[in-house]
Amino acid sequence: MSMPAYYTTKDKVWHYTFRVICFAIFFFLLAPILIMIPLSFNAAPFFTFTREMLTLNPEGFSMRWYEDFLGSASWRRSIQNSFLIGISATIVSTVLGTLAALGLSRSEMPAKGLIMGILISPMIVPLIISAAGMFFFFSSVNLAGTYLGVVLAHAALGTPFVVITVTATLVGFDHSLTRAAANLGASPTRTFFKITMPLILPGVISGALFAFITSFDEIVVVLFVAGPEQRTIPREMWSGIREDISPTILAVATILVLISVALLTVVELLRRRGERLRGMSPG
Amino acid sequence: MAQADASMMDAGQGPARAETEKLVTSDGTPLKRALERAERQRKIAAVGLVAPLLIFLLTVFIWPIAQMMWLSVKNDQIVDALPRTLQELQTWDGQDLPGENVYAALHADMMEDLERDRRDRKTGPMGIRLNYELSAARSAVSRTSRNVDEFEAPYKDAFMDAHRLWGDPALWRVIKREGRPLTASYYVAALDREYAEDGSIVQRDENRRIYVPLFGRTLYLSVVITAMTFLLGFPIAYYMSILPMRQANLLMICVLLPFWTSLLVRTSAWIVLLQQQGVINSGLVAAGIIDDGSRLSMIYNQTGTIVAMTHILLPFMVLPLYSVMRTIPPSYMRAAKSLGATPSTAFRRVYFPQTLPGIGAGGVLVFIISIGYYITPALVGGQSGRMISNEIARHIQQSLNWGLAAALGTMLLVGVLILYWLFNRFVGSDSLKFG
Repeated sequence: MSMPAYYTTKDKVWHYTFRVICFAIFFFLLAPILIMIPLSFNAAPFFTFTREMLTLNPEGFSMRWYEDFLGSASWRRSIQNSFLIGISATIVSTVLGTLAALGLSRSEMPAKGLIMGILISPMIVPLIISAAGMFFFFSSVNLAGTYLGVVLAHAALGTPFVVITVTATLVGFDHSLTRAAANLGASPTRTFFKITMPLILPGVISGALFAFITSFDEIVVVLFVAGPEQRTIPREMWSGIREDISPTILAVATILVLISVALLTVVELLRRRGERLRGMSPG
Repeated sequence: MAQADASMMDAGQGPARAETEKLVTSDGTPLKRALERAERQRKIAAVGLVAPLLIFLLTVFIWPIAQMMWLSVKNDQIVDALPRTLQELQTWDGQDLPGENVYAALHADMMEDLERDRRDRKTGPMGIRLNYELSAARSAVSRTSRNVDEFEAPYKDAFMDAHRLWGDPALWRVIKREGRPLTASYYVAALDREYAEDGSIVQRDENRRIYVPLFGRTLYLSVVITAMTFLLGFPIAYYMSILPMRQANLLMICVLLPFWTSLLVRTSAWIVLLQQQGVINSGLVAAGIIDDGSRLSMIYNQTGTIVAMTHILLPFMVLPLYSVMRTIPPSYMRAAKSLGATPSTAFRRVYFPQTLPGIGAGGVLVFIISIGYYITPALVGGQSGRMISNEIARHIQQSLNWGLAAALGTMLLVGVLILYWLFNRFVGSDSLKFG
């Protein structure tokens, strides 16, 4: 935004002060995350910049924490677990959430408010309560410490995001398209896969990504419900931070930041595509 | 078909018209009935789509939480273990020690328990349960149950010889009071209260109050964190809302990147920055602002919790604020100024009131999330930064007092649900947006 010509000195001072404040806040948001990236290449086992690093001496940098991360059996297993649990939970919550959103968007649906309340409750209830409840329940049905238990728990936590994003996509949905398909002789299943699905796909995918990141990043429920077999990346980080904090954590963190950048890009592209498809202006 | 479709629209709302009743579909059924049937089928289809998720969540989410809440009042340990004793205690006045008949019943109950399979014994859980109300009660029970089969009448003396607590009316009062299938005692404890000798509920001594101060601290920290996110979130949301779309989207990435970054990554980032050997302290020492001996302790205390949680929850404030501010037309401010308002008056009287829905949405969201936060306080909070969730987790995993954990959890849950209900009433959950 350029400064209008009529600005007084006071206005100008405020104009710049305000921008300085804003950039300081953006700095506060980003700096802690970004600072970990160079530190993860530290050759010394410290959380500070060594003299070699500051003088850009190549000896100050190393890949040892990345080697440590990829070389350790427990970290490798945690990566496998995180993806296995995350993907399974995402499939469950995406299928169930999309169906529910389709049902909820129909005008015939009774008790909409109540049902919506139940469906998004996993998002509102504090995680510690969900985790405690699931811990007691899964122990009583012998699901504690199993992959199935963790997947079911994460699927439950992920569904609200799918329901919300798909419902939002369906708000702008033109129902005359499905009626036209039916009129032209398509069965309801065919209509769904040929007409509805391609149109709501961006919403479904971003809902699925939300569900995935929810599971991928989840730690409280894992702490309560998972056994030693199901340790995920956040669970390993948790022990790493609590027990022996080493720069390996920073290497893991850097990789996770890159993953979140990738996911963020996909979601943003999908959102724009979805809005274009539904004839809304991008933004 | 087209005609039927058109009247289906009408029949849905408003009173049925006289002429629709005369119409019939091609197979001869009255249109009204055909429409009702179609309507019913569509309703079943809609319910059928929602049902799988609903059943899934009711089973793995709602039911477990209800079960947990049930633990906070469930009290069958003493009823199961001492049926005869409780029967005899009914006529006890609660003042002096009960008579021999009660001790004989206690002996009979404990003898019966010895015959049970080791895993089904009832005295163990009873001892644990009594210990929550009266310390040392567990050892009284376990020591007695080990050699209860050698006891001989009069049992009163035998029990009192085995452990002094059996000669204390306080223990008998607890047994009588908690010898019911439901209890309020976990809530009494969760509110830092206890039963006095006459059975009334009184506050605990000042130095034994734990949970009410902890709830207070949790509320205080949540208010501070919400206020901090507001102070930091408002300027940047406003700044983004006055920028052209393209630049605003670019800055939005700065908000969304932390939002999408793993919680543990962000928490460890603050450990790296704030700890004694961390980036900030080392930087200050290197710059000569503080000397090596007086490094600041900014983490493992309340400061750590506040800073890290403000950073983690800031996007939840910025996103709703920004989406509200985008919709406020800039012409309102210009109009106010052209009518003679100073910039600060125009901001206060015209702009700010219009951002209130966003402030409400962001504020309640941040507050609700922070009040139940567990991970960050556990990692960077130390002792003074602990919150109620940490205490709930401690009781589930370490002290194993699940009833008390459930009571604390139920109180937290009810608080959050009330807040959410208020939020929905006054703001509406539509203002929640992700990404």
